[in-house]
Amino acid sequence: MAIELAELEHPQAPLEHLPAERRAISRWWFFLGVFVLWVAGWLMLQGQWTLALPVSELNSFHDWLNEVRDWVEQAKFEGNPLFIPFEWITEFFNWVVEFLQKLFVDPAFGRPVPVIGWLGLVGISTWVALAIAGVRSAILVAGALVLCGTLGYWEDTVDTLIITGVSVAVCVLLGIPIGIWMSRSKRVTAALTPVLDVMQTMPSFSYLAPLALFYGIGPAAAVVTTLIYALPPLIRISAHGLRTVSPTTMEATSSLGSTDNQQLRKVQLPMARRTILVGLNQTTMAALSMAVIAALINGPGLGIPVIDALTILNVGRAFVAGLCLVFLAIMLDRMTTAAGERAEASARKGTNPQARRILLGVTGVLALISVYLSRQYLRLAEFPEEWNWGDQIADRVNSSSEWFVDTFYDITQAAKDFVSNFLLNPLQDLLAESPWWLTASALLAIAFLLGGRRALVATAVTSAIILGTGLWYDAMVTLAMTLVAAVMTMVIGVIVGVWMGRSRRVDALVRPVLDMLQTLPAFVYLIPTLALFGPGRFLAIMAAVAYAVPIAIKIAADGIRGVSPTTVEAAESTGSNRWQMIGKVQLPMARGSLVLAANQGLLFVLSMVVIGGLVGGGGLGFLVVGGFSQQEDFGKGLAAGIAITALGVMLDRITVHTAARYGRAETA
Amino acid sequence: MTATIDEQDAAASTVGQSALAVRGLWKVFGPRADKIVGSAEADLSRAELLAQTGCTAAVRDVSFDVAPGEVFVVMGLSGSGKSTLVRCLTRLIEPTAGQVLIDGEDVVAMSEARLRELRRHHVSMVFQHFGLLPHRKVIDNVAYGLEIRGVDKKERRRKAQELVDLVGLSGNENAYPDQLSGGMQQRVGLARALAVDPSVMLFDEPFSALDPLIRRDMQNEVIRLHHEVGKTMVFITHDLAEALKLGDRILIMRDGALVQVGTPAEVVGAPADEYVRDFVSEVPRSHVLTLSWVMRPPRPDEAMTGPEMAPGTVVRDAARRVIDSGDPVKVVEDGQLLGVVDQDDILRVIVAEES
Repeated sequence: MAIELAELEHPQAPLEHLPAERRAISRWWFFLGVFVLWVAGWLMLQGQWTLALPVSELNSFHDWLNEVRDWVEQAKFEGNPLFIPFEWITEFFNWVVEFLQKLFVDPAFGRPVPVIGWLGLVGISTWVALAIAGVRSAILVAGALVLCGTLGYWEDTVDTLIITGVSVAVCVLLGIPIGIWMSRSKRVTAALTPVLDVMQTMPSFSYLAPLALFYGIGPAAAVVTTLIYALPPLIRISAHGLRTVSPTTMEATSSLGSTDNQQLRKVQLPMARRTILVGLNQTTMAALSMAVIAALINGPGLGIPVIDALTILNVGRAFVAGLCLVFLAIMLDRMTTAAGERAEASARKGTNPQARRILLGVTGVLALISVYLSRQYLRLAEFPEEWNWGDQIADRVNSSSEWFVDTFYDITQAAKDFVSNFLLNPLQDLLAESPWWLTASALLAIAFLLGGRRALVATAVTSAIILGTGLWYDAMVTLAMTLVAAVMTMVIGVIVGVWMGRSRRVDALVRPVLDMLQTLPAFVYLIPTLALFGPGRFLAIMAAVAYAVPIAIKIAADGIRGVSPTTVEAAESTGSNRWQMIGKVQLPMARGSLVLAANQGLLFVLSMVVIGGLVGGGGLGFLVVGGFSQQEDFGKGLAAGIAITALGVMLDRITVHTAARYGRAETA
Repeated sequence: MTATIDEQDAAASTVGQSALAVRGLWKVFGPRADKIVGSAEADLSRAELLAQTGCTAAVRDVSFDVAPGEVFVVMGLSGSGKSTLVRCLTRLIEPTAGQVLIDGEDVVAMSEARLRELRRHHVSMVFQHFGLLPHRKVIDNVAYGLEIRGVDKKERRRKAQELVDLVGLSGNENAYPDQLSGGMQQRVGLARALAVDPSVMLFDEPFSALDPLIRRDMQNEVIRLHHEVGKTMVFITHDLAEALKLGDRILIMRDGALVQVGTPAEVVGAPADEYVRDFVSEVPRSHVLTLSWVMRPPRPDEAMTGPEMAPGTVVRDAARRVIDSGDPVKVVEDGQLLGVVDQDDILRVIVAEES
C-alpha cells in the first residue's frame, strides 16, 4: 500500500528513471556477451581463417596495383595527356627546389660552392626573423642554424627548410583564399569539410605511395605530400577566424556602406589576423613533420640521415640528426608565434617607425655583407669540417645509450614483458588469430554498442575495404598495437589531465612542455624510444604513446577546466571530498572531452604506430616501408596504405559517433 | 509607367515634410516568409503563426512618420521587434513587405549601389555593442565611414578629429578601443556615426550596455548633440525613462505591432490600452504631464487674477508657482485662455503618484 501511495504522489519519477537504468545495465551485459563469445570462438578456432599473408607473398590485388603502377609509368613516359598536368606540377616544384638548392647548398652556376654560402644564409634568415618577429626570434634563428651546422647537417637542414618553406608558401597561396571562400559560403563549407576531415584523418604514411605514383619520387613529390598534409589546418583556422569576426562590427561597418571587398580587407582580415597566424603556425609545424617523413620518397633533407641511422639502429647518429630537427622545430614555432604577437604590440606601443627603419636598414646591410663574405671565403661558404662536432656527439650518445640500456635493462625489459605478455599478446592473439569473420563480427557489435547504427555502417564499410586489400591479418596486428598504445595514452592523459585541470600551477608548469612536444616532427619520437627499448613492437607502441599523450592530456585538462565553476562550487558546498569531486562531478561532466581526447589519441597513435614500421614495428607500417624499398612490393605497400586509412576512418567514426551519443546523454 | 510615377509622387507628397516615413512594414522570419503577408495567416497571433507556419513575424504592419529634426523613440520589451524594425530601415535586415521612405525615396526598392550610397551619406547607426574595429585607433574608427567612401587621409583625419572633440574624447584619438571604458567606446561609436554627416541617425539601444550613471551622461550627451547638430534621430530603447527623457514622440511596440504613437505626455496621460497603461504606471506623472493635461475650464466663482503659464509647462515645473499663488493659474496660449489650474489639480496628480 505504502509503495502505491508513494507512486501516486510522484507518478513521473520512477517511470522516467527505470528505462534509462535498465538500458545502461543491459549495454554492459551486451559488451560482456560479445567478449565472452569472441573469446570462446577464439579458443576453439584460433589460427584458422586468419587470412595471414606471408611477407613475401602478393595477392591478386597487389599484383593489380603493381600493374597500375607500371601502366602509369608507361603512360607518363609516352606522354599520355592525362598525366601532363602532373608532369607540369612535378617539373615546376623540382625546378623551384633545385633552384633554391643551387642558391644555398649545391655548387652551381660555374662555382665550386653555392651562390650564397652558409654565413650569407644565416645573415638573411636572421634579418628576416628580425623584420617579422623581433630580436629574440632573430637570435634564436641565428643560434639554431649555426648549431645545426656544427652538428654536421648543414646541407640537410637547409634542404628541409627548402621543402618546408616551398610547401608553406603554396599552403598560404591556396589556403587563405580557400579559407575566405569557405567563410563566405555555407555550400562551399559543406562541400569541403568532409574532404578536410579525410585529409586530417589519413595517417601521414598512407598517402606517400599514391602521390609518388603521380609525382615520381624526389623533391616534387615531397613538396606535394607535405603540402597536402599541412594545408587543412590553415584552411580550417582561417575560415573559422573570418567567420567568427564580431557580427556587430560587421553590421556596423556594413551600415556605413562598406562594399563586400572593403569588409574583407578592412574588417575581417585584420580582425582575424591573429587567428590566421595561429593557423600558419600549425601548418608550418605540420609541414616540417611531413617534410621529414617525405624522405621515404626521396625528399631531400634531415629525414634521410634519420631514417638511415634508424634502419641500422645507430642511436647516436639518429640523435644528432634528430637534434637538428628539434632546433628547427623550436625555431619555426617561435618565429611564427612571435610574428603573430609582434605586429600588433609594436603598433600599440607606438614604436618609432623611423627608428625601426634605421634598425632594419643597418641590419640589412650587415646581412648583405655576410652574403658578400660567404661568396669570398671558402670557410664561410661551406660549413667548415673542423667545426663539426656531430660525430663526437653521436659517439657519446651511443656509449651512454649502451650504458643506459645495460644498466636499466631489467627495468625496461620488465616493462616490455609486462605490456607484451599481459596486454599486447593476448589482444593481438584475439584480434589477429581469431577467424576473420569472428573478429569482424565482434568489431561490428562493439561499434554498434558504442556508436549506434552509423558507427556500425562505417565499421562495416571500412572492414570490407581492409578485407579487400588482402591484409586483414596485418591490419589486426596494427590494430592491437594501436589499441594498447591508445589505452596507455588515455590512462596517462586522464591522470595528468585531471591534475592539470584542477591546479593552475601544474597547468602552468606542464603546458609549455606539452606545447614544445607537440611541435616536434613525428620522427623525433622514435629516437629516444629506440635508445631505451631497442627495436620492435614495443618501441612503436611507446613512441606512439609519447607522440599522442600531449594532445590527449590537453583535451582532457581543458574538459576538466571547462566544467562549470558553479557546479564545482555547489558540489563543494555539499561536502564532496576530492575523489568524489573528481569521480562524480568533474570526470562525468568532462565526458565529451574525454571521448574527443580518445578520438585524437587514437588517430595520433595509429599514425605513429605505423611509422614504427621503420624500426621493426611490424604490421601495416612495415609493409608501407617495404613498398618503397622493393619495386615488386609497391602494390602491397599501397594496399597497406589503403588499409591504414580504412583503419583510421573506422576508429575515427566509432569514437565520433560515441561522442555524439555521450554528448546527447550529457544534455538530457 | 505613368501610373507608378503618379503613385510615387502621391506617396512623396503625403510624406512631404517627413525625414523618414514607414508604410506597412513587415518582417517575417521563417520558411516561405514572403507568402505570409497579405494572406489570411497575417492576422494570426504570433504564437499561432509560429505553430501553423513555422514563421515568426518580428515586425507586423508598422507605419509611422518622423519629422525632420525630431527625436523619435521606438520602445518595447525585448522580443517586441524594435531592433528588427530599425535594421529594416537601412535593410541591414531585408524587410518582407512595405515601404521605407527616406527624403521621399523608397529604400526597399533601391539597388545595391544606391543603398550603399544612402548608408554612406544619409543614414548612420549607433549599436548597442559598439561594433568598433579593435585593430584601429579611435581616430581611424571615427574616420572609417569617410575612408570607405574615398576621402583622402588628411581630410578624413581632420574631420574625424573634429568629431572626436565634439563627443568629448579629445586626447584619446590615438588610443585603441579596448583601452577605453564602455561609455567612451560608445562615444567613439557616436562620433563614427556623426562623421559621415548623415541626415538621419539610428540608435539601437545604444546605452543599454552601460552603467546607470554613464547612461545618464550619454543621454545628456545625445540631447546636447541634438541641440548642436539637429539631426533627425530614431532611437530604440527598452527603458521607458530614457524614452520619456529623449523622445519628442514615442512609438510603443508589442509582439512586432505598433500599439501607440504619441508625445510622452500623450502616452502617459492617455495610454492606448491596458498594456501601455501597465507600462507607464510607474512613471512619475508630474514629470511628464503638461498643464494642458490637468487644466479645466474656470468655475464662475474663481478669481482670474493668478499668473499666466503656457500649456506645455510640465506639472512638476509649474507646481511651486501654482501652490504659492493663492488664485488659480491661467493657462494661456497666444493670448487665449485655455483653462485654469489650481492647487487641488496639481495635488491630485502628485498624490496619485504616491498611491
